Amino acid sequence: MEGIIGYGASIPRNRIKVEEIAKVWGADAPSYKKGLLVEEKSVPSPDQDTITMSVEATKNALKRAGIDPREIGAIYIGSESHPYAVKPSGTVLAEAIGATPEVHTSDFEFACKAGTEGMFVAYGLVKAGLIKYGLGVGADTSQGAPGDALEYTAAAGAAAYLFGREKVVAEVLETYSYTTDTPDFWRREYQYYPQHGGRFTGDPAYFKHITGAAKGIMGKAGLKPADIQYVIFHQPNGKFPLRVGEMLGFAKKQIEPGWLVNKLGNTYSGSSPLGLTATLDISKPGDIVLIVSYGSGAGSDGFVLKVTERINEVRDLAPKTRELLGKNINYLEYGVYAKFRHKIRKAE
Amino acid sequence: MREVAVIGVGMNKWGELWEKSLRHVFTEAAILALDDAGVDKIDSMIVGCMSSGLFVGQEHISSLLADYLGQVPVPAARVESACASGGLALRMGWIEVASGLSDVVLVGGVEKMTDVNGNEATYALGTAADQEYECYHGITFPGLFALMARAHMEKYGTTREQLAMVAVKNHDNGSLNPLAQYPFKTCVEAVLSSVMVADPLRILDCSPITDGAAALILCPVDLAKKLKKPIVKITASGMATDTIALSSRREITWIESTYQAAKRAYAMAGKKAEDIDVVEVHDCFTIAEICVMEALGLVEKGKGGKAVEEGLTALQGKIPVNTSGGLKAKGHPVGATGVAQAIEIVKQLREEAGPRQVKGAKVGLTQNMGGSGGSSIVHIFERG
Repeated sequence: MEGIIGYGASIPRNRIKVEEIAKVWGADAPSYKKGLLVEEKSVPSPDQDTITMSVEATKNALKRAGIDPREIGAIYIGSESHPYAVKPSGTVLAEAIGATPEVHTSDFEFACKAGTEGMFVAYGLVKAGLIKYGLGVGADTSQGAPGDALEYTAAAGAAAYLFGREKVVAEVLETYSYTTDTPDFWRREYQYYPQHGGRFTGDPAYFKHITGAAKGIMGKAGLKPADIQYVIFHQPNGKFPLRVGEMLGFAKKQIEPGWLVNKLGNTYSGSSPLGLTATLDISKPGDIVLIVSYGSGAGSDGFVLKVTERINEVRDLAPKTRELLGKNINYLEYGVYAKFRHKIRKAE
Repeated sequence: MREVAVIGVGMNKWGELWEKSLRHVFTEAAILALDDAGVDKIDSMIVGCMSSGLFVGQEHISSLLADYLGQVPVPAARVESACASGGLALRMGWIEVASGLSDVVLVGGVEKMTDVNGNEATYALGTAADQEYECYHGITFPGLFALMARAHMEKYGTTREQLAMVAVKNHDNGSLNPLAQYPFKTCVEAVLSSVMVADPLRILDCSPITDGAAALILCPVDLAKKLKKPIVKITASGMATDTIALSSRREITWIESTYQAAKRAYAMAGKKAEDIDVVEVHDCFTIAEICVMEALGLVEKGKGGKAVEEGLTALQGKIPVNTSGGLKAKGHPVGATGVAQAIEIVKQLREEAGPRQVKGAKVGLTQNMGGSGGSSIVHIFERG
């Protein structure tokens, strides 16, 4: 059966704490920490972007899959921070891992669910028999305007998934997508920072689509929350995934392994895919895992996965997500963070 | 002047009604009121709305709403007195009927506040303060009421906990109101640990941003008797103004406009504060309820906090205040608030308030306030 044959993560080592951001804006840090359930977030270095993180995550996925990159038939990066408006990210990734030239490549964008979109299409092509291996990556160096509530969470990270038919680590049992036109968050061309609809991003947006997709896929697969070992939801802040889990009948312990947001922030297209890499890191053969992404605009993609014996062979072949999150941390002051995030513009 | 009766009330659940537009929210409430009154034609219409221009970019709503209600060509007017726009609509509708200009009048209030973001809503609400002497210096309404709260605490020893008890009481009442935006219960500890907005006021001291509408049908008492409807009379309408700027007042802990409006209303109805059985007041912030109770003469000056602590204003207390949940729990679509206050009193006097019913209530009072007290409107209602 088709499924994930390799997975990998990439998380920058820089962090900035909520207190450090709140200090600059005269905001009440405890209120933000309590309201968002976020303590700190990752920050990309000046030489890190969606492409470099995609390369690192994919190399980790390749280590676990142990395949020849030249056999990858499709490469899709989902992101809302592709370094170029015109010029693909995927070609750089394809070249960097040695997958060119016999490969189909495209860049995806759908707010925070572009990553699972790439995974969805890569998996679909493998299942259709059109390609041997497919690669789907979710990566972002997310933007949040200085002083906006988003600045406390907008983070950076990437997760990569290789799909194939043999040596499968996690079989894809079911897929499902739930989409409506719901404008809760957007960025127009030539705008540097996104805008959002405040509380409108909650009930009619995040919660409606995630519950819609989760109920849809569980119904299709004939599963109840109790049949599922672990569940990952998109993590724009700490509270939303815990609340949507409760609404759907999941216990906190089913959510926690993939709940990285309190130390990582919201990595947008990388958010739920990174929750899944962290969850696979601790999964046992036979575990059923549900992932439901969310992208503003709006839609959710769901996958039901069944972990195989192969997980025990590949788990340690590349860095685990919680290790990347917890080790070798470099805390930034706001000034350096502002420089790294290009919030300071030097004279020409 | 003719005696005026309320013969119909209409209101739908308030909240963040993203799927509905201003006209939709209004017409739902208006149709419920028409149905309740058992009439389908009105002679005129008065609508209270503070700032449809800033909230949804629509002015000229009197004609728009008359059209969508299927009532053109009736005369229709939109009136504004900031957060007291609903109360003002009621007063204008009352004058319309009392004067004999119209027999059946629809009084409505509406505000659609969630189509803009928080900053834009704060700006729109801020226009109820003095732009040149208050807003330009950076203050917003939570800040103004925080100053009033701090001064009340300093002057009278009102405690932070007593402020919280206003929110707790109103959420207790609101939990019994199926139309309330936030019908949850809370506790003093939760209020005290909620997000700080403007010291000493926290988020649970503040009324929310709300979409909602409310409507009443008024007619002369003589006509109401012929229609065989349960009659609730409006026996007084008092209004007064004060300086918009808080800094221009002699005392910032005393709401003179409410005192003056109440004085006129009590005189018109021939009632005293102690004759009132149930009260709806403008608790846009917890401190406001305390100041308003004092200005209405329900408690002595400076004793508002203590009265709340002692349970005087609880549902089972001597003088129940905000049985609907108040602005705090029911929500505060600014233009609709004054009309919804009247709906609660009408329901109480008709004994239709369900679990919130104040037993044997015969006389009720509403107090609706613009800004930090630049205008106040008080109405007294009695069983027919």
